[in-house]
Amino acid sequence: MSILINKDTKVITQGITGKTGQFHTEKCQEYANGKNCFVAGVNPKKAGEQIFGIPIFGSVKDAAAETGATVSVIYVPPAGAAAAIWEACEADLDLAICITEGIPVRDMLIVRNKMKQKVANGGKETLLLGPNCPGLITPDEIKIGIMPGHIHRKGRIGVVSRSGTLTYEAVAQLTEIGLGQSSAVGIGGDPINGLKHIDIMRMFNDDPDTDAVIMIGEIGGPDEAEAAQWCKANMKKPIVGFIAGVTAPAGKRMGHAGALISGGADTADAKLAIMEECGFTVTRNPSEMAKLLKAML
Amino acid sequence: MKIHEYQAKELLRKYGVVTPRGIPCFSVDEAVKAAEELGGKVWVVKAQIHAGGRGKGGGVKVARSIDEVRQYASDILGMQLVTHQTGPEGQKVRRLLIEEGADIQKEYYVAALTDRGTQSVAMMASSEGGMDIEEVAHSTPEKILKEFVDPLVGLTDAQAENLARGIGVPEASVAMAIDALKRLYTCYMETDASLAEINPLILEGNGNIKALDAKFNFDANALYRHPEIVEFRDLDEEDADEIEASKFDLAYISLDGNIGCLVNGAGLAMATMDTIKLFGAEPANFLDVGGGATTEKVTEAFKIMLKNSKVKGILVNIFGGIMRCDTIAEGVVAAAKEVHLSVPLVVRMKGTNEDLGKKILAESGLPIITADTMADAATKIVAAVK
Repeated sequence: MSILINKDTKVITQGITGKTGQFHTEKCQEYANGKNCFVAGVNPKKAGEQIFGIPIFGSVKDAAAETGATVSVIYVPPAGAAAAIWEACEADLDLAICITEGIPVRDMLIVRNKMKQKVANGGKETLLLGPNCPGLITPDEIKIGIMPGHIHRKGRIGVVSRSGTLTYEAVAQLTEIGLGQSSAVGIGGDPINGLKHIDIMRMFNDDPDTDAVIMIGEIGGPDEAEAAQWCKANMKKPIVGFIAGVTAPAGKRMGHAGALISGGADTADAKLAIMEECGFTVTRNPSEMAKLLKAML
Repeated sequence: MKIHEYQAKELLRKYGVVTPRGIPCFSVDEAVKAAEELGGKVWVVKAQIHAGGRGKGGGVKVARSIDEVRQYASDILGMQLVTHQTGPEGQKVRRLLIEEGADIQKEYYVAALTDRGTQSVAMMASSEGGMDIEEVAHSTPEKILKEFVDPLVGLTDAQAENLARGIGVPEASVAMAIDALKRLYTCYMETDASLAEINPLILEGNGNIKALDAKFNFDANALYRHPEIVEFRDLDEEDADEIEASKFDLAYISLDGNIGCLVNGAGLAMATMDTIKLFGAEPANFLDVGGGATTEKVTEAFKIMLKNSKVKGILVNIFGGIMRCDTIAEGVVAAAKEVHLSVPLVVRMKGTNEDLGKKILAESGLPIITADTMADAATKIVAAVK
């Protein structure tokens, strides 16, 4: 078992004909059951063509109708990425995974509110992972995104992080000491995103094949603190937590009013303190995440 | 991206927010001419730097004669203005804003910014204008009012009225304050700002509402669609090394320590900095080389780090995913040779083609120290610089 995706997931690739889309689609096809999972691409100008044996459709709606795909991965460049997310949503997919980095915040604000409005009006909810994320992987079954497949190993540990390479770091540590992963999820580093730590922790908690979780965060925003509070009341599985940015200077990435609205809870120290208080095993040494987790099993 | 006060006011005026009349100046003569052109009996001479707290640092003076304008302009232009946001070395003043005096009856604070938690725009207002708002948030948080605005709807009249009345704007001026708030919101959205702050927003003796000071930050991701805002960029206000780094698509931030670090990925870069500190030293920079670290990029990254004379050692931490470790190793070796590296270098590589990468480093003939984990790398570089 796993969260969100498995070997039977059917995936549409939006932006499949771009350089990044092509490169990673090929890698995803090569990984585990990828050949059977990546069933459609989208490019309105190239509908009817094929790439790597994958048929290209004019729209997400057409692709979903023809192939039964329920998930899309988006490599569309920043200026058009929010529109691509909305297209996936309008096609009533279950999940859209947006890899694209550099989408204007206003575009994300608007598309996120449109998505919420659609659900409020009784429409189907499409979950969003990202943007600016590596994607997610269920080892030995399917990888959707840009992470290196070979560092993963099938197992029972969940990993969730805002940072790509830090996710890989945690995964590699786990694999090295013989602990496999149920799923590893990159939720992305943008301020306005879809699934948050709390959502992924909920899923790992409900997943019978996840025994423990490594949760990695970084400075800025209230997400880790909110997830920690939820975990304190609900999480039944051990968690190792790490927050990057103890040494990051304040004000360098956020205006003072930004720090103001989150009430000063968004420094690494503050987040580590809240996580510890909520029962996480926190570490300030990112080299020992997996080792600490192993000791708790 | 940040802009100057006079540029922020130019934007606000474009959106119909009333500000005092003012003229930006680059010399004392221009300042005197500006004051004469503005007329009146009172002028304000304001240092234009990107940092806040200018008044406390002596960068804002009220002049009551043209001679005083000349005096203050010559005092302020060229000074190293030190505020709580500049650091102890201060920031050199190269531009002034000469403004007509204002009849201040009351000072308010208003701002727009994106709220991550609610995924909306937070419009904030406070009766405690003219002060450091972080101070207000800390000591009297109840004096900061917020309305969360759905971007699909915009700031409603009711929300704007709640804010205006909530901060005690007198009845006769409420309509004007609502108007100012709505225009501020529109300006914030249309310019892709990440912060738009008017502090203070003043009530004048005649009941008018004016923006006396303003501060804007813009979303770097959206600058491509705002050439008019990119025009406002003032490179003198930015860190020279950070500008140089951005030319090579490197995310770089100078820090105070003595260990330079070069890492792929922002999260891993921060984690590396944290590990350096954990093992007893301080990082000299944040540097994310991104996904495609070519030899050229790595070389430029080395050059930028080494410009900082405080750097006594370098730690390279790469997680090879799509980017292979052998490619990075070749880049590191070429870069170290090109810059004639004379400080200790510790390289930690993990991931794709890790062994091949380590072999290239070992056979390079360079005194490169290799490490297996971040902790191991930090221990080794800290020992090497001692």
